[in-house]
Amino acid sequence: MKFDAAAFKLTDLNSVQVRSLGIGVLGLLLTVVGYFTKTEQFFFSYLTAYLFWVSIALGALFLVLLFHLTGTVWGVTLRRILETLMKVLPYMAIFFIPVLLGAHHLYEWSHVDVVAADPILSKKTSYLNITFFAIRTAFYFTVWYLIAAKLYKTSLAMDGGAKPEHIKTLKKVSAPGMIIFALTTTFASFDWIMSLYPHWYSTIFGLYFFSGGLVGTLTLVIVIGLYMNKRGAMDSVITVEHYHDLAKFTFGFIIFWGYMGFSQYLLIWYANIPEETIFYLDRWRGTWPIITMTVVLGHFLIPFVGLLSRNSKRNYTYLKYMSIFILIMHWVDIFWLVIPVLHTSGVRFCIFDFTAMAGIGGIFMWLFWKQLGKHAAVPMGDPKFEESLKHHNP
Amino acid sequence: MKSGKIEGVIAEFENPAALIDAAEKMRDSEYTRFDCHSPFPIHGMDKAMGEKRSVLGWIVAPVAFLMVLVGFLFEGWTSTIAYPLVISGKPLFSYQAYGAVAFALMVLTSAGTALFGMLALNKLPRFHHPVFYSDRFAKVTDDAFFVSIEAKDAKFDEKETVEFLKSIGGREIELLIADD
Repeated sequence: MKFDAAAFKLTDLNSVQVRSLGIGVLGLLLTVVGYFTKTEQFFFSYLTAYLFWVSIALGALFLVLLFHLTGTVWGVTLRRILETLMKVLPYMAIFFIPVLLGAHHLYEWSHVDVVAADPILSKKTSYLNITFFAIRTAFYFTVWYLIAAKLYKTSLAMDGGAKPEHIKTLKKVSAPGMIIFALTTTFASFDWIMSLYPHWYSTIFGLYFFSGGLVGTLTLVIVIGLYMNKRGAMDSVITVEHYHDLAKFTFGFIIFWGYMGFSQYLLIWYANIPEETIFYLDRWRGTWPIITMTVVLGHFLIPFVGLLSRNSKRNYTYLKYMSIFILIMHWVDIFWLVIPVLHTSGVRFCIFDFTAMAGIGGIFMWLFWKQLGKHAAVPMGDPKFEESLKHHNP
Repeated sequence: MKSGKIEGVIAEFENPAALIDAAEKMRDSEYTRFDCHSPFPIHGMDKAMGEKRSVLGWIVAPVAFLMVLVGFLFEGWTSTIAYPLVISGKPLFSYQAYGAVAFALMVLTSAGTALFGMLALNKLPRFHHPVFYSDRFAKVTDDAFFVSIEAKDAKFDEKETVEFLKSIGGREIELLIADD
């Protein structure tokens, strides 16, 4: 990996691309073995990994929208990385095909006989049926593609010299884009995760899914940035001040995630309605309390205390390991949401959980590095870019 | 008129850049009880003056951690020992519900600690300061930039300090004389 500091372009990305693609293809091939040996497990493992990477791409889309809406200065130098992550989101539509094909293994509501015998589920058939499920997902990805493509294209156009119209376009797309993003992400989380337990409902669930994903995005950007800096790339454009702010955001959204998780829990605990409490009851059976407590401690308490002080946000080595830890915890969180439907009696990890993660992750990162190498790695034409480089935390 | 005790000395500087420059020279000198005054905040002044990071965070953090614990235990004590009351069939020690109160108590006390700690560390409130002996000093709220050195400084000497301020580019140097 080399960085052309004059054109702000990354070159010699071959090795990282080949490595990502290799891990991706190998992971996916190994996961396919699971389809033939443990079909149910395969689909659940795949869904967990899929949701992890989609949530990260969605978090990137959110941050780009947020940056344009608020006119942020500090984050401009990081924006191309986020835009590239966002650009990978439409490709994730292709990876949804196995979920759609395996809907019968994943979603209880897809069984006509079960639904017919259940008075609650039979009333939900107009929403929860395979055709509408597929149409909705196609709609989400189309909308996300349109927003992401327009933002990316306009940002690239600014590289050759920014015009006031560019900034106007970006704001014009971002404002309604943010509202559409909120609604589509909420409904996507309802469809993909909440409908795994078709009786259960939680209106805050969309925010819970989104906030976890956003933490994942921020920590992944920290890891990617440090990975590049270590190889002598981008260290002139991403400085300790930018990592400090990324870590602040991570800290903030760790609290936001905890707030969402606790709000959901407290209301369900307090109301004590069987349809709702079943969600937490399932996660308190057998050995599941271990994972439940891991999520509480690892996804909230440890990062909260661990990122509290200023020095912890500015120490590269510490920040790297903390970010990797939070990323792992984000995966554990998704695992905690999805897998109890399959393994009701206790926690069971499976090799395919990890191969699916490596498989989709490898392809995801391959697409990311490929896209990042195509254009300048920073939005160098943005009027706020120079100011962003000089950003300084008091 | 010049009978009172000398409590310090002030010097005027032309613009913010000159003030920053002077602050750096003050920091590198042996004077410790000096301050810079300007009508508006100047970026980089903390660094130029060699100000250390505030210790306030280290005061607020223990208070926050202590009070979140106190809030939790306090609610546990009221609902199990002091006034046991069954609410919607839940156990007496329903720790799930204590989070909100414990959190609120933590926020309240740490915000209070931050506010009053900040005032205490800034030695506020105070009603008088030697710089007010100078009439010219009123300009500091409008268009003037001052450096002040207090007489309490170990290195303070009526003549030497004035010379020093002159050497770093100070103008209109004025001794702050009590009851002036």
